[in-house]
Amino acid sequence: MYVKLHNIEKSFGDFKASDHINFEIEKGKLVALLGPSGSGKTTILRMLAGLEYPDSGDIFIDGVRVNDLEASKRGIGFVFQNYALFRYMTVYDNIAFGLEIQKKSKKECKERVEELLELIGLKGMGHRYPHQLSGGQKQRVAFARALAPNPHLLLLDEPFAAIDAKVRQELRSWLKETINKVGITSIFVTHDQDEAIEVADEIIITNHGRIEQIGTPLEIYRNPTTLFTAQFIGESILLEDYGRLKGFEQEVRAAKAVIRPEFVKVTKRGEQLQFPNSVEEGVVEKLSFRGSHIEMQINVKGIQLVATRSLEENPVNLGEKVDVLIYRLFVYNGITASVVENMAIQDNAPIYI
Amino acid sequence: MKRSRRKQVIPGFGISMGVTLTLLSLIVLIPMASLVINASGVGFSTFWETVTDKRVLSGYYVSLLCSFTAAVVNAVFGVILAWVLVRYDFPFKRFIDGLIELPFALPTAVAGIALTNLYSDKGMIGQFLDQIGIKVAYTRIGIIIAMIFIGIPFVVRTIQPVLEDLDSQYEEAANVLGASKAKIFFRIIFPEIRPALLTGFGLAFARALGEYGSVVFIAGNMPFKTEIAPLLIMGKLEQFDYHGANAIALVMLAFAFLILFAINSLQIHYSKFTKQ
Amino acid sequence: MNKTNKKESKLVRNLLILLSIIFLFIMLVMPLVVVLSEALQKGFKLYIDAIQDKYTMKALLLTVEATVFAVIVNTVFGLFAAWSITKYHFKRKRLLTVLIDIPFAISPIIAGLVFILTFGRIGWAKEILDFLDMKIVFAVPGIILGTIFVTFPFISREIIPVLQAQGNDQEEAAAIMGASAFRIFRKVTFPQIKWAFLYGIVLCTARAMGEFGAVSVLSGHLRGKTVTLPLQVEILYSEFNFTAAFAVSSVLVILAIIILIIRNIIEHQMKKAGGNYVRKAS
Repeated sequence: MYVKLHNIEKSFGDFKASDHINFEIEKGKLVALLGPSGSGKTTILRMLAGLEYPDSGDIFIDGVRVNDLEASKRGIGFVFQNYALFRYMTVYDNIAFGLEIQKKSKKECKERVEELLELIGLKGMGHRYPHQLSGGQKQRVAFARALAPNPHLLLLDEPFAAIDAKVRQELRSWLKETINKVGITSIFVTHDQDEAIEVADEIIITNHGRIEQIGTPLEIYRNPTTLFTAQFIGESILLEDYGRLKGFEQEVRAAKAVIRPEFVKVTKRGEQLQFPNSVEEGVVEKLSFRGSHIEMQINVKGIQLVATRSLEENPVNLGEKVDVLIYRLFVYNGITASVVENMAIQDNAPIYI
Repeated sequence: MKRSRRKQVIPGFGISMGVTLTLLSLIVLIPMASLVINASGVGFSTFWETVTDKRVLSGYYVSLLCSFTAAVVNAVFGVILAWVLVRYDFPFKRFIDGLIELPFALPTAVAGIALTNLYSDKGMIGQFLDQIGIKVAYTRIGIIIAMIFIGIPFVVRTIQPVLEDLDSQYEEAANVLGASKAKIFFRIIFPEIRPALLTGFGLAFARALGEYGSVVFIAGNMPFKTEIAPLLIMGKLEQFDYHGANAIALVMLAFAFLILFAINSLQIHYSKFTKQ
Repeated sequence: MNKTNKKESKLVRNLLILLSIIFLFIMLVMPLVVVLSEALQKGFKLYIDAIQDKYTMKALLLTVEATVFAVIVNTVFGLFAAWSITKYHFKRKRLLTVLIDIPFAISPIIAGLVFILTFGRIGWAKEILDFLDMKIVFAVPGIILGTIFVTFPFISREIIPVLQAQGNDQEEAAAIMGASAFRIFRKVTFPQIKWAFLYGIVLCTARAMGEFGAVSVLSGHLRGKTVTLPLQVEILYSEFNFTAAFAVSSVLVILAIIILIIRNIIEHQMKKAGGNYVRKAS
């Protein structure tokens, strides 16, 4: 394993920022630390960088215990949330800063900076100052500056948080591509689930200073193992007494279930049904237009469900009675979460995601 | 915890802290400690006798009374000046804004003799006041005038930035709701500038309490009437009564820190409302 | 804001402006006028003579000397203290900032007194000074020490808020890349504080040049030896040589006005630089 955290504990006063943190990261992976604000993800990143020190536990990078190593000796590159570009230096000098410290010759510096400027698509802009750049450009310069001294590990703190929504989308795919091209092991912090799912090879979900789940985006999406993950990823509704729904049994009374809109299939009366025996009757209570689709709120036996309907399908009306089929639920029994399929369709159901 | 000494991310902690603490100790802390070292060499009864001497008590009274009055006047005019400079446009505004800082730049002795001349009974302003029976130079009013002079920039400069940053939405909202101008000022704007006003008031008060140069000329220095506490210290020093000077200085210091402490507490109380 | 302004009654507005101008005129402008008119009252020749007086020139030199020392020592202290307080984590940081502000909060007379009590006749350090054959009280070193003391926090006070507003990200970024403290300071930090630093120097100069109380205690008023310009003003005034006192004062007034102008230029530059930063950070 390239990066390894073992039993890390860290408190700020009474606030427990890291509670028993353990994880390992393979070389060359692009990993997201995902969680709500205050969940301890940035603290983990800063401890890896050497900007904070754990109260106890061990941090290994490339087999070396780095706990007592200064930030500058860890061979990492760090991209700050607000870029932290040196305001009074040109783009060129920003990128060259780390190389000059390594006492590289003028020629080597120049070659490396030019190479990086090319990589980030800012060729010929080396003479500009940070305040003459757009947010996306600053982000790219910060990225190049961190990469310049050839670090073994790249850490990025909320790399897209300070960028306009439009540019962000573009920058996400650019960053993923570029990191793959460079081949550097990278960890980034984000609070945005879409960002983590889209960019990362692997996601570490944090909550209240603890790690909730680690896995590939698909694993985490399909098989959340905790209630928090089930609710945090995707759109979801929490159900207390799901046992009333056809095809599900509530084995533990205290159990809860999480349902996502994509688990619910709504069929207009008279349209062909796939599993006529397991449908519920529901009443459409609310319709809202969401741009690409319609979101419906449907009352089934007093339980409010949310489902979506394509604009291409026959429209449903307010108050209309419809057939509702629930494919599956995430059931949380108080300890772990697992996927429970509708018993009536378990055998031959195709998987819809 | 294994590590008692926290590691620093930015290098150079040792030398920076070393230089800072060395200079601070050499120039401020060690000399200040002499106040305590010396005072402890004197018995308590001598100390008490010195600081409760009638003339000394009157010195504290004159100092506190005059500097408090001056700070109040400065608070009122400070708010008006800050308001006018932030909210209104008029000719020579930048010039007037720059002028506010004059008392910081002008040597206090120069201010002292200029004010004395101005307010003496033959001076440009004093002669008119003399006709209506008001004497300023060599009275407590004179002391207060000098203290207003040196304190005014403290109040204006602490309030100005707060007024500049004040979100005009609150006022507009109140305006739409039909509140009167006076009501808007006292209910909406004043609470916002209150912490800054308190800071400015405290600084002006403390500065006036310790002021010597500008006051000593205009005061006339008559015992029991216009003799301020710093002058009493000076007087003791001239008689080489170092222990007496030391005792009075310690009491003065206590007053100054009490004022700053009280202002600080009030400020913490009020800033709860303005922080969001 | 303009909308509310327009609605505001003209009368109140004009009244407040008038009140402000009268206040400033009486409190600030008139004293300047008095100094200049009194200085020139007995003709230009006498004025020039008063300024060129031997003792006045010596006082001017001593004032310059004390001011230069104060600026140098406080520059070193201000930069190190501001850097230490904003760039590192350590316990009792608040206590340190309070201690640094002490000279700002106490009477200049007490500032002078503490050096008398340390180095004077009954001072505990008197024997050390005698051994070194040095004199501080009633001598030039005392004047310089007193001036340094009263202006001690001036430079650090201007730099600390600027550094606090900017945070430590840039310095941390440089530290991760292995830059030395000196390199970080020179390349990353100093360019950001240069205006605040200059501003602090200007304030320090103004205060050092005009210091009266502390210097008055420590001077002993030895003419031509331990008398600074403000003390020279006092001596002339107490000898009822008013014209000369105001003539010397006028020199200080002119210096004060020059300082004010420089101060305003620097403030303008700071607002420009600061505004730029705020916009970028948002």
